[in-house]
Amino acid sequence: MATVRIPPVLRPKTGGQSEVAAAGENVGEVLQALTAEHPDTRAQLFGEDGDLNRYVNVYLNDEDVRVLSGLETAVKDGDTVVILPAMAGGAS
Amino acid sequence: MATPAGIQTIEEIEPFEAAEEIEGGDVVLVDTREPHEYQEAHLENGKLVPPGLLGDQIAEAAPDKSARTILYCRSGNRSAIAAAQLQALGYDNVASMAGGILAWQEQGLPVVAASGMTAEQRDRYSRHTLLPEVGVDGQLKLLNAKVLLLGAGGLGAPTALYLAAAGVGTIGLVDDDVVDASNLQRQVIHNTERIGMPKTTSARIFIEQLNPDVNVVEHNGRLDASNILDVMADYDIVVDGADNFPTRYLLNDASVRLRKPVVSASILGFDGQISTFAPYEGPCYRCLYPTPPPAELAPSCSANGVLGVMAGTMGTLQANEVIKLVLGAGQPLIGRLLLYDALGTTFTELKVRRDPDCPICGENAPEIPESEMGQFPDYDQFCAGAGGDR
Repeated sequence: MATVRIPPVLRPKTGGQSEVAAAGENVGEVLQALTAEHPDTRAQLFGEDGDLNRYVNVYLNDEDVRVLSGLETAVKDGDTVVILPAMAGGAS
Repeated sequence: MATPAGIQTIEEIEPFEAAEEIEGGDVVLVDTREPHEYQEAHLENGKLVPPGLLGDQIAEAAPDKSARTILYCRSGNRSAIAAAQLQALGYDNVASMAGGILAWQEQGLPVVAASGMTAEQRDRYSRHTLLPEVGVDGQLKLLNAKVLLLGAGGLGAPTALYLAAAGVGTIGLVDDDVVDASNLQRQVIHNTERIGMPKTTSARIFIEQLNPDVNVVEHNGRLDASNILDVMADYDIVVDGADNFPTRYLLNDASVRLRKPVVSASILGFDGQISTFAPYEGPCYRCLYPTPPPAELAPSCSANGVLGVMAGTMGTLQANEVIKLVLGAGQPLIGRLLLYDALGTTFTELKVRRDPDCPICGENAPEIPESEMGQFPDYDQFCAGAGGDR
């Protein structure tokens, strides 16, 4: 099992959970397992073509999956998958 | 020069002789004056051992009693007395520099001086100058630094507070808002009396009361494509605490053109992010976030709330990054994104890499001719529906 870290903006779609355990051989499968358990997250993670949305960054442990093998990147037991959208809060 | 009465047997050397020995190496150089004199000016590598503390501190400054040890003071008297005391302690290769640092300087030999710092400044920043990573030189760098804060609100308030206290010489503040009661839960440089006042003015009043060394420049308005290059031109470092994506992308693109580093943080709820974007040295904001998120994934603090202390945590981390950049000390967050989760009290560090295909700083990014430096894309359109309005 891997641990998926859910950013604040997606937590309403996971019942408020900030971490969700999900199984899969690679990053894509882990995220599919997440969306199977919490279907409302799907539209925000994946486009209609099944690819990750460009505005969503996904890290395996501390490395951006874009510089690894994308959704094909192999996931080991105990790995952490971090979902990271941009945030702009600050001044107002 | 005559030695004080009763001290006959110590070796005295002229400043030029001391300089030659120091140049040759293997010399322990000891400054036998008081700390305030030392701060004002001292010889490079001179170790301060005030006369009253000689017995306590000499072993640390000069652990080897057989090593060549040269003492100096202001004019040569205190160092001569100290030399005799060291001989009595078993130091057998001690010399006192005749005429002290005054004679040294008269001969045009170099000192490490607190030039440009007043007595008040030496006192005010003494806890900084004691740090080897800052010292007098570092404090002077801070006093000469020019830092632009984008936003005098949640993040900008604590950042401004600590940068002002640290003696950053020029702090520019960009904000078009006025102080509102709902700001005061986190925007610690404003206060109840100043509700309704422009935030830049309220911030200036606060900073001037905290530290008269700081020159505060108010930019009471919003940064846009028409003014950003002019505003940024006068600053060395920009701190991004903007509350909207169009401004963040505009700032990124302008900072890459001007090759100025940006310390960028954002906060929401109990979560914060921070990184330092140094153009061409590390990734830029677009390497990290090529595309802004749609509106439903880009909530604002005003709509969703933020823990007040989060602004303090992330804002002071920004101030820390700025100070490191000014000093050239430590490892800035270039190529690293630090996430802070206040509920779990956990920090997570992610790697951020330069994107070779980045449209702004990538290998194939178009050169911007001088004539088009001030032309930027339409960021509101780029970020349409992505938190473009507040």
